[in-house]
Amino acid sequence: MIVDLPSSSAADVAKNLVRLRNQVGAMAMGRVLTLLVVVDEELADEAVEVASEATRQHPARILVVVSANARGRGRLDAQIRVGGDAGASEIVVLRLYGDLTRHGSSVVTPLLLPDSPVVAWWPGKAPADVAGSALGQMAHRRITDAAAPQGAGAATRLRRRAKHYQPGDTDLAWTRITRWRALLAASLESEPFETVDRAVVAGEPESPSCDLLAGWLASSLRCPVERVRTPVGSGVQSVRLVRASGPVDLVRMDASGDTATLSVVGSSPRLVALHTPTAPGALTAELRRLDADEVYARSLCTGLAQVKRGGTRSAAARAGTSPAGPADVDGSHRADVGGRTLTKVDPPPDSSSSEAVEDAVQEGLEELSRTDG
Amino acid sequence: MSGSAPAPVTADTNPLRDPDDKRLPRIAGPCSLVMFGVTGDLARKKLMPAIYDLASRGLLPPGFSLVGFARRDWADQDFAKVVYDSVREHARTEFREEVWRSLAEGFRFVPGAFDDPDAFELLARTVRELDEERGTGGNHAFYLSIPPSWFADVCTRLQESGLSDPRPGTWRRVVIEKPFGHDLSSAQELNEIVEGVFPADSVFRIDHYLGKETVQNILALRFANQLFEPVWNANYVDHVQITMAEDIGIGGRAGYYDEVGAARDVIQNHLLQLLALTAMEEPVAFTADAVRAEKEKVLAAVSLPDDLDEATARGRYAAGWQGTDKVGGYLEEDGVDPDNHTETYAALKVDVRTRRWAGVPFYLRTGKRLGKRVTEIAVVFRRAPHLPFTSTATEELGANAIVIRVQPDEGMTMRFGSKVPGSQMEVRDVSMDFGYGSSFTESSPEAYERLILDVLLGEPPLFPRHEEVEQSWRILDPVIEHWASSPSAPEDYPAGTWGPSGSDEMMRRDGREWRLP
Repeated sequence: MIVDLPSSSAADVAKNLVRLRNQVGAMAMGRVLTLLVVVDEELADEAVEVASEATRQHPARILVVVSANARGRGRLDAQIRVGGDAGASEIVVLRLYGDLTRHGSSVVTPLLLPDSPVVAWWPGKAPADVAGSALGQMAHRRITDAAAPQGAGAATRLRRRAKHYQPGDTDLAWTRITRWRALLAASLESEPFETVDRAVVAGEPESPSCDLLAGWLASSLRCPVERVRTPVGSGVQSVRLVRASGPVDLVRMDASGDTATLSVVGSSPRLVALHTPTAPGALTAELRRLDADEVYARSLCTGLAQVKRGGTRSAAARAGTSPAGPADVDGSHRADVGGRTLTKVDPPPDSSSSEAVEDAVQEGLEELSRTDG
Repeated sequence: MSGSAPAPVTADTNPLRDPDDKRLPRIAGPCSLVMFGVTGDLARKKLMPAIYDLASRGLLPPGFSLVGFARRDWADQDFAKVVYDSVREHARTEFREEVWRSLAEGFRFVPGAFDDPDAFELLARTVRELDEERGTGGNHAFYLSIPPSWFADVCTRLQESGLSDPRPGTWRRVVIEKPFGHDLSSAQELNEIVEGVFPADSVFRIDHYLGKETVQNILALRFANQLFEPVWNANYVDHVQITMAEDIGIGGRAGYYDEVGAARDVIQNHLLQLLALTAMEEPVAFTADAVRAEKEKVLAAVSLPDDLDEATARGRYAAGWQGTDKVGGYLEEDGVDPDNHTETYAALKVDVRTRRWAGVPFYLRTGKRLGKRVTEIAVVFRRAPHLPFTSTATEELGANAIVIRVQPDEGMTMRFGSKVPGSQMEVRDVSMDFGYGSSFTESSPEAYERLILDVLLGEPPLFPRHEEVEQSWRILDPVIEHWASSPSAPEDYPAGTWGPSGSDEMMRRDGREWRLP
């Protein structure tokens, strides 16, 4: 159900929310947080979609604060969406005009859910001092996106985030590299247990995710970390951890692909899936926790400054410090087990004679002896 | 760059895994899972999809390998096809080719009978080859999804082929499913076989009905809140009812069920586990050992009343209407022997002999073809000792209750009295409802996902150790013997109702009645 309230007031919106709640009934149960979305007109529709998708897992009241036009008379156009149009959440879009664009925090105050946390999200441009801004001060968690297109370059944006960092700040560029971090962390958890002497992170020049990944490695491993460049649009490309016995290489298969190869000394390279999160996926992951992220703080505030800026990855690969590309995962001697092939294959017979099974055992043993010999 | 030395990496310290880093999922270390009984229903419907779902959530280690073992003349690709079909049909998460590819590269199939030493030799060598090829690091879990009668054979062969002995620094674990025996002595026998080969803390007994989520929820409710624990004792609680009702019949499982019956099938494991979680004292820490210690203590304190005729009831479903469907009775099911007197409904009253629960009976009931599918724990409180209202004002007021709904619609309901609006003073029962689903709509992982992940992580299970299994047989054996000695058949109840009248009679003798779940 969508209710438009043109030229409205905050009190009117609050009253209508209660009225709709009573009408729709059980819908009102179980809201766990208020999500403030602070956005410009052009990104507003997309942001509402992402937020309502993300809050399917965390039923929320979504307050979208749209700064429409700062000139002219102060006015509030509100729209309430509940039920089918809002998924598990209730959405209030607040379009602010004139003077009101500078007083968004006063408009949302009466609309916050009682006794539950407030999370603010800037899908596009964010103020330099996020935590100090009027809306940022109300929020327990402040989510920015350093990868969103905005005036300054990625490095400048991250510097600003670091300068004004307050506990509770977080960035979607950081959320997107969780899988990379998990794979790298897991790669150190089997033999040989060796100290990492050096690390090289390769990715496109304007990739805050890549910078944060390098910062994280620098602050956690306390070893020299170099950040090298790959062509524009390639995202995070590869990480090499240098150890005495040989490197750990995690390399994306191709620019857009979601598969990487992981090579560790002592076993053949393996395919791993990268699970790059979608926009709602990243926001969902962010809403899962409501406390300060110390590891992000450390990577951003101390790690980033320790990362050495290198040249291009091709140069680093020639010098032997970075992998040139994905490892060769040779599966040719094995039967094809890809989804497309298996769709066409017939299911195997559901019973076998004892003789056939015994023969198969002997065959298997012989084959293994051959490959061993 | 600060002048400090690089952070050391050892088996116990990983500088990339900060304890504050709650984002990083715990990915199991390099390992493989060897599955016996891959042709079974459970493997196809639950285990294989759960493995894909884990991979899809990024929780399996790179190089994870799945080895299928069965008496079939299959190649690796045939096995991959079987897994593929089961994943496409039953997996909870979206199918993605890149996830599938990285997982399927690690599929191997070993043909063989469970008693053929050569087949286990082939298995041992396949596993060794995986260690080299895929870096599974000598860590292997064995999932015995097979009838318990094969456990002895498989365990012995595993031992003979050296598969059960880990090199130092690696692990071997074994997973077994219920039933854990059919009485105390068979449970002990089974345990001797398995623990003769694998050390006690490498044996994972899986009771999927009690997914870890449920167990943790009950413990969180009781011990993370100040609100409930003060009234969780005999001073305030009148009695406790634990119900697990199923609306289905025995389906095609007559061969198994007719030998077992409701009490062995459900009360021995699920209901007594729920009782233990409800009645146990606070564990000193939220660790598997501490929780288990408390569960064992409370199970040891459970005793049966002297007169088992008065304190138990059993029934068998007859033809009737299950909702909108006409269904046949138990004796009409294929393969049922009427002389077995197998019960499809069992109810039981037990006492917990601790100071906390002195005089508070716990009523357990379970059955097939009951009114609906529901599992719940109802803690029913005493009536207020003194009511300042007239009896007319409170005649519709029942006892307060806290109901923990385990499934479906996991959550909690509280019942208490409230004034009916109007000029009359009239108090009536109302209920306040909390559903996990409405505050946390994140779909909970399938029980098997948690279980398999715990096995691979070596997370000590919150699941029963053999001491608990033996305690629960100790409680139940006298009841089953008592029933077996009775010449009469279980009392019939029409399908789709809430059980035989004898069960209601049992409650009435105590001046109580079963809740309508």
